[in-house]
Amino acid sequence: MKNSAAEIRTGIRLSGKWHHGDYPLIRKLGSGAIGSVYLTERNGIHAALKISDKRTSMTMEVKVLQSLKKVQGYFLGPCLFDTDDYVSPSGQLYTFYVMEYIQGSRLDTYIKAKGPEWLPVLLLGLLDDLDHLHRSGWIFGDLKLDNLVVSEKPARLRWVDVGGTTQLGRAIKEYTEFYDRGHWGMGSRKAEPSYDLFALAMTALEILNGGRFAKGETPKNSIKKALHGAGKLRPLLEKALTGKYTDSIGMKQDLVKLLMKKKSPTPVSPPSRMTKSNRRKTGLGESIVLSVYAIICYVIYLLQ
Amino acid sequence: MKPSTLKQILLITDGCSNRGEDPAAVAALAYAQHITVNVIGILEEGHAEHSVSLEEVENIAKAGGGVSQLIYKQALTETVQMVTKQAMTQTIEGVVNQELKQILGPGNTLDDLPPDKRGDVLEVVEDISETANLEVLILVDTSASMHHKLQVVKEALIDLSISMNARLGNNKFAIFGFPGKREAAVKVMDWTERLENVSSVFPKLATGGVTPTGPALREALHEFSRQTLGKRSANDGMTEYEEFGS
Repeated sequence: MKNSAAEIRTGIRLSGKWHHGDYPLIRKLGSGAIGSVYLTERNGIHAALKISDKRTSMTMEVKVLQSLKKVQGYFLGPCLFDTDDYVSPSGQLYTFYVMEYIQGSRLDTYIKAKGPEWLPVLLLGLLDDLDHLHRSGWIFGDLKLDNLVVSEKPARLRWVDVGGTTQLGRAIKEYTEFYDRGHWGMGSRKAEPSYDLFALAMTALEILNGGRFAKGETPKNSIKKALHGAGKLRPLLEKALTGKYTDSIGMKQDLVKLLMKKKSPTPVSPPSRMTKSNRRKTGLGESIVLSVYAIICYVIYLLQ
Repeated sequence: MKPSTLKQILLITDGCSNRGEDPAAVAALAYAQHITVNVIGILEEGHAEHSVSLEEVENIAKAGGGVSQLIYKQALTETVQMVTKQAMTQTIEGVVNQELKQILGPGNTLDDLPPDKRGDVLEVVEDISETANLEVLILVDTSASMHHKLQVVKEALIDLSISMNARLGNNKFAIFGFPGKREAAVKVMDWTERLENVSSVFPKLATGGVTPTGPALREALHEFSRQTLGKRSANDGMTEYEEFGS
């Protein structure tokens, strides 16, 4: 984007060429390959505004948001409010659109704060949304940590940028190497449900590994190594990464099975909490026995 | 709609032309024959002065109706794709704009349409870029300074093939290196749908010599006309493909 850094910035007001909407740019929320997103205000309510000089891509994103709206009773992606052009004082033409501002935290931050048990639960909801999206003929494409937000009450994983959303069967429009199966030599860049599921599995691996990992000399081995740290989710992620799931429902069913199995006798809750809750009701001797038991459990857990 | 073919030359270089005719003039000649010329200039890391000039790179692409980028080699993979896709869209938009002017009269370009109407037109642009056939002749500078960059070039081309082959339209790629031993440029890989085999041809790229960018572009241009002639005779005078803007 030429000159955009200087022309489009926090503090200015944009007025639309066609619909004459007036939007203040309050704060920059992020920027990517296509454009920048700002926090703005519309009828006194916060909204997100995406602006770019890449007209074709922007117009297609609007098309995607409009068609997602048509998926009945279900909010897939942010709600679209307005779309317009902006002519800067220097005469440069920009295209922008205004959409719902989805407030929330990043998925990795959320998991760190709330505990790892939230990851599979949130993935479950996302798999449902992906299924709806796929059924209406779209593939999300650029699924990644940066494009996901955990919104509260109820806790739900929502996607915030539809820039990569592609019609089923076509070439993926926008992707990020780490999440792209073509980059890892593990499949094509054709828009099909398994493309999104690969990216979803890489997102989970990124969180479980505490960050991204390099492709290395043999990409498949690097992924295998990362899968070692995936714990219970390992078989599920492995299937998604090798394209064994042809739709989100298959992966969702496996995940549900896995989560229900978790109720088996092996204690996985942190030992410290267990001793604390027991100390109140029981005598000192019993609590010492319990503590020793908990420590043994913890050691076994660490050794695994 | 009949299947259409978009033709592009992708020039990858790290130096300025220093032998033969002006590359921008040859690029203009190519553009006149509906062949787009894109240029990627690779910068040398840690050098304040670069042998490749922004001005030359921009001039060639502008004359060739294409896109240019000046980058460090790490960005090559994404740039090769971006440039190829952007040039496709640009070409198709150009044709659509011309049609709009013819139908609706002057002053009716895509910019003059309100966003909602523009969406319908751009959907057509996207449809065409997804389904059109694409022929890309990749012209790689193999002078001595490119030697340690060829590995990156190879990876970027394989990645380009992965992206382009996910489209509905057909693709054909050919690779030329320049300078050749006697000629300005030599064919190192004949027209193929897949660039995966590129690994086998890259060791063949001898490095060294001057940078005859202009004559090398002319050689690439000849390749396209040879190919078209071959196709014509094979189809008994009938052209299978409708070319853009022709």
